[in-house]
Amino acid sequence: MKTKLLIGALALAGAGAASAQTLDTVRARGVLNCGVSTGVAGFSYIDADGEWDGFDVAVCRAVAAAIFDDPSAVEFTPTTGATRFEALNSGEVDMLSRNTTWTFSRDVDLRLEFVGVNYYDGQGFMVPASLGVTSAMELDGATVCIQTGTTTELNLADFFRANNMSYEPVPIETNAEAQQRYLANACDVYTTDVSGLAATRSTFEDPSAHVILPEIISKEPLGPVVREDDPAWVNLVRWVFQGLIIAEEKGVTSENVAELASAPTDDPETNRLLGTEGAFGEMLNLTNDFMVRAISAVGNYGEIFEAHIGVDTPVGLERGLNALYTDGGILYAPPFR
Amino acid sequence: MSVIAEPPRESFRVDMLWNDARYRSTFIQIVALILVLTAVGWIVNNVVGNLARLGKDFNFAFLRAPASYDINQTLIAYTSQSTHARAALVGILNTLLIAVLGCAAATAIGVIAGVLRLSKNWIVARLMTVFVEGFRNVPLLIWILMVMAAVNESLPAPRAATPTLGGALVATNRGVYIPAPVWGDGSWFVVAAFLLSLVAIWFWRRHARLKQEATGEQSPVLAVGLALFFIPSLIVYFITGMPITLEYPELQGFNFRGGIFMRDSLVALWLALSFYTGAFIAENVRGGILSVSHGQTEAAFALGLRPNRTMQLIILPQALRVIIPPLISQYLNLTKNSSLAIAVGYMDVTATLGRITLNQTGRAMESILLLMVFYLCVSLTISSVMNWYNSRVKLVER
Repeated sequence: MKTKLLIGALALAGAGAASAQTLDTVRARGVLNCGVSTGVAGFSYIDADGEWDGFDVAVCRAVAAAIFDDPSAVEFTPTTGATRFEALNSGEVDMLSRNTTWTFSRDVDLRLEFVGVNYYDGQGFMVPASLGVTSAMELDGATVCIQTGTTTELNLADFFRANNMSYEPVPIETNAEAQQRYLANACDVYTTDVSGLAATRSTFEDPSAHVILPEIISKEPLGPVVREDDPAWVNLVRWVFQGLIIAEEKGVTSENVAELASAPTDDPETNRLLGTEGAFGEMLNLTNDFMVRAISAVGNYGEIFEAHIGVDTPVGLERGLNALYTDGGILYAPPFR
Repeated sequence: MSVIAEPPRESFRVDMLWNDARYRSTFIQIVALILVLTAVGWIVNNVVGNLARLGKDFNFAFLRAPASYDINQTLIAYTSQSTHARAALVGILNTLLIAVLGCAAATAIGVIAGVLRLSKNWIVARLMTVFVEGFRNVPLLIWILMVMAAVNESLPAPRAATPTLGGALVATNRGVYIPAPVWGDGSWFVVAAFLLSLVAIWFWRRHARLKQEATGEQSPVLAVGLALFFIPSLIVYFITGMPITLEYPELQGFNFRGGIFMRDSLVALWLALSFYTGAFIAENVRGGILSVSHGQTEAAFALGLRPNRTMQLIILPQALRVIIPPLISQYLNLTKNSSLAIAVGYMDVTATLGRITLNQTGRAMESILLLMVFYLCVSLTISSVMNWYNSRVKLVER
């Protein structure tokens, strides 16, 4: 583990050149390097065919499709909470799409750029139902498993301090390890973002034996991240991602996108999005139909959500805050014009 | 050189730098030095240049900012409001704790296993061979994870755990609880009495040795020593009204509270480190004992010394000079290997400074540099202490 950090530090010494023209570098390489998590059910996991799949993975595939017209032209790098920013800053990956919380210090001090929010989340607690705990306020003295190197670690310290309770933190590296410790009863409580708790619970033998407590102790806007030193690349990733949300607003799906893009429709924003009007793709150094490729590869935001983490999947998350603003959520993409 | 008269001085030619033995080694060293310095300079320059290009500066101001995270095992006062420097210090103390515990246990295990491996009893010797080969041929990380998994999966959860030894020992899958001493009023009398009796034991042993050297008469060192060890402290303890009491762990809410809590991560790391390093030390001890020629044993027997006295007075003192130097490197290995602690969530300095602090502040270069300096200092300290000890036990040559 230590060596990994060292390599990261040394890579920092050798990778400065990778930063300037990310799009050219990616094109020359022929694949997009994308950092994902080491495995969270529904968000990023390796499916039965050995391919990376999931809600976060889809963002990488959409960007790859927009650039190469090939959603499989992605090299995935699993990163832990502790290694992700070094991997991005050293140029090892071109973008991160791995439930990363947008915070001031990451944005400013770590010189990262969050291109949007793909999941509005908050930190919660999961306990075995047999404990009979119904509120996080009853957790005084509990042993809590946390993934180290994340914002959850800091929120947890704040929450217990603010409520004048004590706890025993058990720092853990990955979600899989945390799951094993939690199921072995080596900790009473597992805390992470509620989406992560739901995802983890969905993989348990008996999910109903575990409850997620009602308290949400933090705001966790999760989103894709890139380095801030290449504005052209920032814009590209931002607008491919925002385009997926706009596509949902406009009712453009992976099924009807080819038809809608074949000729200009009555809706000007749809036309601009799909490249039948204006020259927006060219401003990003792509072709004008870049969003057609992205949407036909992975679908719009709503399709991605329902396919990987929606109510019909084992993870079973409601849209909630993550519904479009028109449907009572807070998902609101800037206009495509 | 001294027999031959000084040859006529040749004028210096450039090719003499590599053809002439007088200049060659100096020349090669200077060239090597220049190459090394150039390489180091290039790396430093590259790092500085790239850090600047990324807009990252190089400073240690982050150490004074609040850490904002909690640490489970803290030997000194620490809250999430303490600074990153304090968090690093907590980590350093945890590293030193595991290093001291580990070195002590590894030495005990190593000496016992090493001596037993030479036992004439076939079963005992074979068992020790299996122990040594099993531990030193499997990677340490695997052992640590295995012990941790064994603790987590096989021991009961706190709520299901039953205290043993009359409530004194509670083994749960989160760690082991033992009673903690509570120092009441007047307990310093007892401590003082105990320290005084240690001094008395030292004087008695010295007296006995001098007497034996002068007159050949032996004094009862062990019996008197044991009596001095226990009796005065106990008398003072009862006179002052039993000021030192024990606090027993009790189940309260989610966990046991009270007593001394040895976390599962500490137990797993300690056991794995000491058995692993103990296996290596066992081989050093065996090698040291075998290095003393068998004639020494026979000579001691011929003088009428019993086997344990032979070991104590003849063999071990000579074996120690062979055992100590490799023992130093085993201690160093153990200390450095303790950085594997993060695998089981033990909060040593690698976990606090090298991981959480690094992560929350993004100061990779600075944190890793501090870590390297720390391990270097600890290792150099251990090796200088052990070298001093080595110079005391080595054969005195005349």
